Amino acid sequence: MNSEILGTIIIFGATILLAWPLGKYISAVYAGNKNISDFMKPVEKFFFRFCGINSAESMNWKQFLKAMLTINMLWLVYAMLLLIFQDKLPLNPDGNPGQTPDLAFNTAISFLVNCNLQHYSGESGLTYFTQLFVITFLQFVSAATGMAMLVALFNGIKEKTTNNLGNFWNYFVKSITRILLPLSILVAVILAFNGTPTTYDGKDTIITLQGDTVQVSRGPAAGMIAIKQLGTNGGGWFGVNSAHPLENPNYITNAVETISILIIPIALVFALGYYLKRIKLSNVIFAVMTFLFVIFCAINIYYETKGNPAIDQLGIAQTTGSMEGKEVRLGAAATALWSVATTSTSNGSVNGMHDSLTPISGGVVILDMMINALYGGVGVGLLNYFIFIIIAVFISGLMVGRTPEFMGHKVEAREVKIAALVTLLSAFLIKGFTAFAAYLVAHHPEMGRAVKPGAWLNNPSYHGFSEMLYEYTSANANNGSGFEGLGDNNIFWNVTTGIALLLGRFLPIIAPIAIIGLLAKKKYIPESPGTLRTDSYTFGAMTLAVIIIVTALSYLPALALGPLAEYFSLY
Amino acid sequence: MTKHKRTVRLLEPALVGTAFRQSFIKLSPRLMVKNPVMFTVEIGTAIMLTVCSWQLITDNTSEGALWYNITVFAILLLTVLFANFAEAIAEARGKAQAESLRRTREETPAKKVLTVGEMYVNEIKVVSSSQLRKGDFFVCEPGDIIPMDGEIVEGIATIDESAITGESAPVIREAGGDKSSVTGGTKVLSDKIKVRVTTEPGESFLDKMIALVEGASRQKAPNEIALTILLAAFTLIFIIVCVTLKPFADYANTPITIAAFISLFVCLIPTTIGGLLSAIGIAGMDRALRANVIAKSGKAVEAAGDVDVLLLDKTGTITIGNRKATNFYPANGIDKKNFIEACVLSSLSDQTPEGKSIIELAGINTKSYNTQGATFIDFTAETRSSGVNLPDGRRIRKGAFDSIQNIVIKEGNSFPKETAERVKLISSNGGTPLVVSLNEKVIGVIELQDIIKPGIQERFERLRKMGVKTVMVTGDNPLTAKYIAEKAGVDDFIAEAKPEDKMNYIRKEQQGGKLVAMMGDGTNDAPALAQADVGVSMNSGTQAAKEAGNMVDLDNDPTKLIEVVEIGKQLLITRGTLTTFSIANDVAKYFAIVPALFIASIPALQSLNIMGLKSPESAILSAIIFNALIIPALIPLALKGVQYKPIGASALLRRNLFIYGLGGIIVPFIGIKLIDMLLGLFM
Repeated sequence: MNSEILGTIIIFGATILLAWPLGKYISAVYAGNKNISDFMKPVEKFFFRFCGINSAESMNWKQFLKAMLTINMLWLVYAMLLLIFQDKLPLNPDGNPGQTPDLAFNTAISFLVNCNLQHYSGESGLTYFTQLFVITFLQFVSAATGMAMLVALFNGIKEKTTNNLGNFWNYFVKSITRILLPLSILVAVILAFNGTPTTYDGKDTIITLQGDTVQVSRGPAAGMIAIKQLGTNGGGWFGVNSAHPLENPNYITNAVETISILIIPIALVFALGYYLKRIKLSNVIFAVMTFLFVIFCAINIYYETKGNPAIDQLGIAQTTGSMEGKEVRLGAAATALWSVATTSTSNGSVNGMHDSLTPISGGVVILDMMINALYGGVGVGLLNYFIFIIIAVFISGLMVGRTPEFMGHKVEAREVKIAALVTLLSAFLIKGFTAFAAYLVAHHPEMGRAVKPGAWLNNPSYHGFSEMLYEYTSANANNGSGFEGLGDNNIFWNVTTGIALLLGRFLPIIAPIAIIGLLAKKKYIPESPGTLRTDSYTFGAMTLAVIIIVTALSYLPALALGPLAEYFSLY
Repeated sequence: MTKHKRTVRLLEPALVGTAFRQSFIKLSPRLMVKNPVMFTVEIGTAIMLTVCSWQLITDNTSEGALWYNITVFAILLLTVLFANFAEAIAEARGKAQAESLRRTREETPAKKVLTVGEMYVNEIKVVSSSQLRKGDFFVCEPGDIIPMDGEIVEGIATIDESAITGESAPVIREAGGDKSSVTGGTKVLSDKIKVRVTTEPGESFLDKMIALVEGASRQKAPNEIALTILLAAFTLIFIIVCVTLKPFADYANTPITIAAFISLFVCLIPTTIGGLLSAIGIAGMDRALRANVIAKSGKAVEAAGDVDVLLLDKTGTITIGNRKATNFYPANGIDKKNFIEACVLSSLSDQTPEGKSIIELAGINTKSYNTQGATFIDFTAETRSSGVNLPDGRRIRKGAFDSIQNIVIKEGNSFPKETAERVKLISSNGGTPLVVSLNEKVIGVIELQDIIKPGIQERFERLRKMGVKTVMVTGDNPLTAKYIAEKAGVDDFIAEAKPEDKMNYIRKEQQGGKLVAMMGDGTNDAPALAQADVGVSMNSGTQAAKEAGNMVDLDNDPTKLIEVVEIGKQLLITRGTLTTFSIANDVAKYFAIVPALFIASIPALQSLNIMGLKSPESAILSAIIFNALIIPALIPLALKGVQYKPIGASALLRRNLFIYGLGGIIVPFIGIKLIDMLLGLFM
């Protein structure tokens, strides 16, 4: 077996091995059981006392959502102000200017919603101060927000009948102090020792072998890169993200960063099992997610290591695979694994250009983001999966001859309505906006905009279509990666992706919490032999079928016009 | 007893005619809008009609050939008609079923009692049954048809209820008891009764049931509403798919005709389940009616599928009516033949079922006995024994252990030890011992046993596999109750049950989140019937009981609960499996239509045409023809319901997922390919 492929297997295997104990630890943290990080208690206590929060106060689903939305609103304003006035703030050795209000708005939203779609380049668009106090700050709190929401879901499932989903602030603070911060420090240290910059000095100047003088941006990057990976954020310190030699210096850092993308999302699946004391349920969920994930990885690794047929036709040997847009130090297989990992988890960091992926791989990463629940973003991935579970429960519940129920609670019209709305939403946002963009490109290429629609796409035809489809899919999934090659830094793309970002973040969080809030209030029905068991592999298969039918099928025409058409024309 | 079940053939020619007409009447958008999935198909049909008309006028072929568009229009119209037909045939069958019951209560003369008449007090006047109002009184004499539902206030009568129940044996109904209800359309065979009318005309249970299967007042049950929402969401998703396809295609410079857009849309939305959904619901009600159960709402039938606990009365449900003699045990030194003879003699005038069963067991022709001059002693609550004094001086008594013991000991005789042990043994085996004495000396014991209905154990086993807990309710002492419960295979029992015990048991189970079903007939069952999630009252029961429950069983068959549970489950399963089938069909339809849409401008997508369909036109036509035909093909399944198999939830899911999920993916590939080959002969 090719050692590159073996490398990807080792990386993925290590991730699972590490995620298992981490999941157990996370469960203990949220359950308030004794654990190794209890020394952080005084810090947490200080925060709660300082903010006047009673962390033991119980919240119903509406209060829980209100707390989450209020604090998010506050961060949005805070982040925007700092970005606009960053030139007047300290830690700006390179003298970068303040952001324009519309760019600041876009940037603030993008990081607030854990998406990290970047319409600027980190080297010139931000200062060290905003990198730290806006970008890194939001990368921590947006990840912690998602995790806190997931605990609300856990609590709703765990209790027989309850209004109490726990305390948002409690879970939110603990997610940072007990999980994100310690892991980030660990990863940052590894990165720093492997050459990632950790300095407050400004740009460095080097003279290359060719004798050119090159300005090299740097800064306190290692810490930010750690949380960017761990919190499924994805927004890099440097413009080209983890393809940049300082952001991801070697194969070891690449392995660590790949593991960092996946570890918390996978650990949260295991945490569900420990927290609910339903190990089998989390095993089934893990199996379904991993099944699709591994298939996607296999496809991408196959096509990326095989190389591009167009280059084959030129008579050029591609012994290392399709290397366009990839880093030689990382290789095709590792980049393929990363491409699936980053789109599965709504991370969005890249270590190669997705625009340069072979057509099928490009299609796979788009599809991966359309599903957005294979492990998924920290916390929110399982919330998305929960929506699929509700739909699967409804249909398969009927098939066993009972009105559908999930974990002892009847799933009725109201819950189905909410689940259906969320499912509709992503179809609407992705296809609606892509159609709008495609319409402008097709019918009004010369429309009077700063950047004319006709000039948006670097590639014509199918690939150009994939670029637009990718952009909105990424925005809706809060992924944040781009196919690039798309002129997205203009008012049309800023505004439309901004809308997709906000709706694509908050509605899919609000909906599952509302559903579990409604379900948990209902009378508890104990299990009987006639009850459909949601922790069986049969039900797992049903969920898988729902994921494929609801997602893949509703996007097939779009995928056919983009990646599939490109694939069939190329091969 | 004969039982002639009313059966209606699945597609009765007369009903098909009605349903055929109804399918067109139901095209009215005002009716269609209730079914969002099919309503969108109707809109699509209307658009195709516009396209065709426009083509006829302008002779423009930019939207494809005229014949092609007309064909698409015709197939879409057929799709809607097929769906309407499914609903109409289900309605027609339900109505036919109900009408056959209602026919029995058409205008009949009623002997109305006028408290203050024209000439006398309590004058009887013959009026038409439709003139009777709630609270009126009427009388019935032998041979009269009872004109309205009511409650007997005076008298006792034997009544032939075969018109309603199909049961030919007459039943006894009397004032004051738990069997005081009479149903309109049944016939009085003997005696005279006075009845108070309990319902307004047009508001009887039967009328309500008919309304439930008719379109007008039919209300969707909660689960049907939830499923409709889900299907509407799927429809919306595919509206988005089709609407956004237009700019996508513009971008790719691919002209797509309106016919192709609408065909794609109609194929993708869940028309199969959308078209059959209401038929499934109506058919569920109809199956209940076919089992002679009148459900007062669709919700009740749905709830029946969820029942966790079944409360069953012992007598009549688990055991056959009364106890029967099963064994003769003579005391030591007594000849068995003599003992049996004594037993028979003491039971000659005993009209209780127990007494009769003794003679039956002995197998002696009682005519051979000379009973002249014999004095029969009847059972009284005081002596708790009965017997006979024969002219030859023999005094035979039989009765409960303690009453005979009293008689024996009073005369200074002892009670034999081995007989006392036998008595204990019988009791602990769930039987009832009857001690027999001759001239105040114990001569033996008769064992009476409850006879468990044949086949009832299997039914309970089936229920257990469904996940339903069975509870036996009996007035017996706990020891006997336990024995019978174990023998019959019920999961739990309530012994020495008083009416409030049932109520408490239901409350307790409900607090634990369980859904409880019970059957009852008496007035004191009414609160429990109302409390139960599914309360089935017997038609013979009191009005109070019938009002309290949410179903009425016309057969008065206590085992009916089991059938009701299965009907409920079947209803839900049919919905679930056809939804799965419908959605799974999309895979094949996609592979038929998507390549067809783009083939002209993107020849590379020919690779997606894995079925090798001939041309884009034939691919699209094949897909919509298949989509239309699958609806009538599944009507029989929708009406009969998918069979329920009690094999555990996971196994059942696997089975149905395999048949309807995997089948739903494969069948259309075959179907569309076949239709395409067929079309190839003409195109």
